[in-house]
Amino acid sequence: MSGALHDLGVSDLARALAEKKVSSVEVTGHLLDRIAAHEHLGAWLCVDADAALAQARDADAQRAQGNAEQSRPLLGVPLAHKDIFVTRDLPTTAASKMLAGYRSPFDATVVSRLSAAGTVTLGKLNCDEFAMGSGNENSAYGAVKNPWDLTRVPGGSSGGSAAAVAARLVPAATGTDTGGSIRQPASFSGITGIKPTYGVCSRFGMIAFASSLDQAGPMARSAEDCALLLGAMSGFDERDATSAQRPPQDYARAMRSPRADATAAQPLKGLRIGLPVEFFPPALASGVDGAVRAALAELEKLGATLIDVSLPRTELSIPVYYIIAPAEASSNLNRFDGVKFGHRAAKYTDLIDMYKKTRAEGFGDEVKRRIMIGSYVLSHGYYDAYYLQAQKLRRMIADDFQHCFAECDLIAGPVAPTVAWKLGGKGDDPVANYLADIFTLPASLAGLPGMSVPAGFAASGEGAGMPVGLQLIGNYFQEGTLLHAAHAFQQATDWHRHAPSATAMGGTA
Amino acid sequence: MPLTPDDVGRIAHLARLALQPAEQAAMLGQINAFFSIVEQMSAVDTAGVEPLYTPLSAVSEVSLRLRDDVVTETNQRELNQRSAPSVEDGLFLVPRVVE
Amino acid sequence: MKASTASQLIRGYEVVIGLETHAQLSTVSKIFSGSSTQFGAAPNTQASPIDLALPGTLPVMNRGAVERAIRFGLAVGAKVAQHSIFARKNYFYPDLPKGYQISQYETPVVQGGAIEFLLGDTTHKVHLTRAHLEEDAGKSLHEDYAGQTGIDLNRAGTPLLEIVSEPDMRSSAEATEYAKTLHALVVWLGICDGNMQEGSFRCDANVSVRKPGMPYGTRREIKNLNSFKFLQQAIDCEIQWQIDLIEDGGEVQQATVLFNPTANGGRGETRAMRSKEDAHDYRYFPDPDLPPLVIAADWIERVRAAMPELPQAMAARFQRDYGLPAYDALAVTQTKSHAAFFESATAQCNLPKVVANWMMGELARRLNAEGLAIEACPVSAAVLAQLISRIGDGTISNNGAKQVLELLWTAGQLREPTEPIDSSFVDKAIDDLGLKQLSDTAELDRVLDDLLAANAKSVEEYRSGKEKAFNALVGQAMKATKGKANPTQVTALLKKKLG
Repeated sequence: MSGALHDLGVSDLARALAEKKVSSVEVTGHLLDRIAAHEHLGAWLCVDADAALAQARDADAQRAQGNAEQSRPLLGVPLAHKDIFVTRDLPTTAASKMLAGYRSPFDATVVSRLSAAGTVTLGKLNCDEFAMGSGNENSAYGAVKNPWDLTRVPGGSSGGSAAAVAARLVPAATGTDTGGSIRQPASFSGITGIKPTYGVCSRFGMIAFASSLDQAGPMARSAEDCALLLGAMSGFDERDATSAQRPPQDYARAMRSPRADATAAQPLKGLRIGLPVEFFPPALASGVDGAVRAALAELEKLGATLIDVSLPRTELSIPVYYIIAPAEASSNLNRFDGVKFGHRAAKYTDLIDMYKKTRAEGFGDEVKRRIMIGSYVLSHGYYDAYYLQAQKLRRMIADDFQHCFAECDLIAGPVAPTVAWKLGGKGDDPVANYLADIFTLPASLAGLPGMSVPAGFAASGEGAGMPVGLQLIGNYFQEGTLLHAAHAFQQATDWHRHAPSATAMGGTA
Repeated sequence: MPLTPDDVGRIAHLARLALQPAEQAAMLGQINAFFSIVEQMSAVDTAGVEPLYTPLSAVSEVSLRLRDDVVTETNQRELNQRSAPSVEDGLFLVPRVVE
Repeated sequence: MKASTASQLIRGYEVVIGLETHAQLSTVSKIFSGSSTQFGAAPNTQASPIDLALPGTLPVMNRGAVERAIRFGLAVGAKVAQHSIFARKNYFYPDLPKGYQISQYETPVVQGGAIEFLLGDTTHKVHLTRAHLEEDAGKSLHEDYAGQTGIDLNRAGTPLLEIVSEPDMRSSAEATEYAKTLHALVVWLGICDGNMQEGSFRCDANVSVRKPGMPYGTRREIKNLNSFKFLQQAIDCEIQWQIDLIEDGGEVQQATVLFNPTANGGRGETRAMRSKEDAHDYRYFPDPDLPPLVIAADWIERVRAAMPELPQAMAARFQRDYGLPAYDALAVTQTKSHAAFFESATAQCNLPKVVANWMMGELARRLNAEGLAIEACPVSAAVLAQLISRIGDGTISNNGAKQVLELLWTAGQLREPTEPIDSSFVDKAIDDLGLKQLSDTAELDRVLDDLLAANAKSVEEYRSGKEKAFNALVGQAMKATKGKANPTQVTALLKKKLG
């Protein structure tokens, strides 16, 4: 079955491995070849073939001894990590020159939990530097290309994860989402991704961008795959004071358990989906609008009721987010000072000069911009007008969601106003990039769980033929409801099964 | 209000960033462009609204979890310093600090 | 006792002093990590990835540090905030690994309170603004590493309680006494080991001067004073420096200064710190890694229930129950051990004032001379009590007792601490030294009869009304008994015989 090996998603693969139809070594070897053949995508920052094969052999051995199955469904399943998660055995760069050659003495909690589940780590994936960006054009190690159209961005900041999964180089990858960094690249690359409620996945070992917003999540082919992975990577962690203290969750089960008044034809019967009017502005790209509305019609066919709701401060979420996130980032990045680890300038006159040159050389333009904005809004005399005001508006935005959830179970809309744009398409205009985050920022600010589900392709207009994602937002800790709806949708549609053609992707295989 | 070149210089120093004149100029334009979309924020009346510093406190009181006072770390100096730019006798070396 | 009165002027200026004290809390692990806080380990061997601020690390708060802050708040009669916030204080310094210090800014855990102390016979009350929890920084080792500075982060993350006073002090003496009282209190409470050599208790002094009735002058902050002597010297230097400047028509500029005790031929000097030149803009904001610290009322009550009796309460009790003068009561409650020593000795001999006298006199003198703490006193409370009883029952005189103590002291020092001398030793010592007073009346009768016979002249003079002659006879009697006679007894008997 080797020919189609790379088309198997996490759950397919788990099944095939369990039924011994394939070995972890086979799959791992096959994917390593495929990765080598698609280096031009720029998705990978590090691949350790030997280590991966060793882990695969070990997984196969354990399965042979029979200590796998029920307890460890992911045993032997290959995956890769966004290079924002620190790893003890692989370099960690956060796609920054600042951390070139950095070796962490420990694994991130998410990484160690997935390893404990028996997964095989193929390597680390490219992203925007310190996860700051929405096109993956801000990596110190080069931009990532969208497998559907090599002239376009894969989205960001988890662009390497999205591209690698979309290109079938790996069945699944970890991502992080601060203002949309899982959902938007998933949408741009035609895969499924979920950002859980703030606090569901430990932030320990995730290089911090904006501490009150950062959340880890899985990026894979389907809701089913995401559910499996989320179950393994989430859960309370005493090393993160913001980690939610809840019992372990079985998301796969929640995803399958039928709704009270579900029928075979209408699995979503009784589910109320709110459509924020602000998410469907005239400016919404026709290709996106078309695909999203078709997906909503499909959900309706599956029994869901669509109702209009309002998130009046959707537009405000842009300045609010771009005040809060840079403020936290400016402080989180102070530790990169050339003293304990990472880059240090070669030439300097004194301590302050060492700091300034080290940071000027180590950080890229977007990171510097955010440090500047963040430092400014926190500086003496401006705090109340900017940071405090933004945090108050953040509360109002969170309250708006609660008003919506009084009337509906889920909120749906587009993930982004457009499909993936051309590499370099936003030119030197950071604000244009910021504006494109408008639909993902509100849920991030509120800390709510959000998903991107493949909803088809832009039928017309700029970027016709590019994937479009449907965004689903749930109330706090309603990941089960999200995954259940997404799964039902994917049972009825096959958008998530579409893969970019070999010709589109190019490469040598 | 738009930033001045002086503001950019002051903030760059505060953030310990050596910016080339060209960089500073570009930065000034971009930051001011950003602040033009920020202004709408200040128009909103937020009197009496509690800031939302950590998201989950939007729906429930979130309080700091405390750990017991026990030593759990052992000496891992070598491992911890393996990516340090300059170390001698286990000390991190930096340009002379003048108090 | 007078209450704090109008302050004395120096060269016509009123001095205004406020103190910021950093007390290292006595937890075994750091405030945000599980690293040991043991002093003196090899460089960076007690610096975990969290203490080094390695990428991906996060802080988790130590309950022990909070519990100690609560204990302090209750001890100084402050409000223990049920809801307080940790904030980030952002600045770049090599001994500050994260590039920000986690501290408390707008809402500290301890709010208000006061410290009272006695200076001369005046009670002073210094109000506290606040006390907040924060993390200590590492250490910069300036001895030359080829022109570079070495950074040891073992101390980074050690829990600190920063105790901020109001500018209520008006002299270096008051400031020093306040610091001593505060030091005694945190040690008494067991929240700080008080070791000033190791930097467990450090003071920053904010000093300004003004003409009486004028608004506060501009203050300069003297950093890191880690001995009471330097605290007083530094403040005195700073006062003179500021007055000189103003008298020369200058103006004091706000500054952070360091005290160099050896400068100016030992007179010391305060000089502005280079590293603090650029006026800091710390960009404080609530730390998103640490939700608000919530202290439930029942926790505060549990801590209150476990509180030791506080020194001031104990001193008041000693005045009330044992009739000690205020000064004595303070002296015997200067540490928990002093108080324990006093109470156990008093319990046995039931002569509280005498016990206090001996503790403040002979014992204090000998302990100071040998640099011993009361815990290491070669003469135990039981032994001292026995000695004092022997004065009380007239067996020995006060002077005799001092000779006995000398012997007990040496004997006690020769013994292993495990087998100290017991009170039986006291009577043995009295016998060995032959200091037992002569209380056998028959024998005394005989001595006095001989004496009167031999001094007919004095007897005559006394009878003819010369009181002095009587005193001479008493003196003779004491001489004849080599001082072993009890003077009171001698006087009584003589009077009787001379009818």
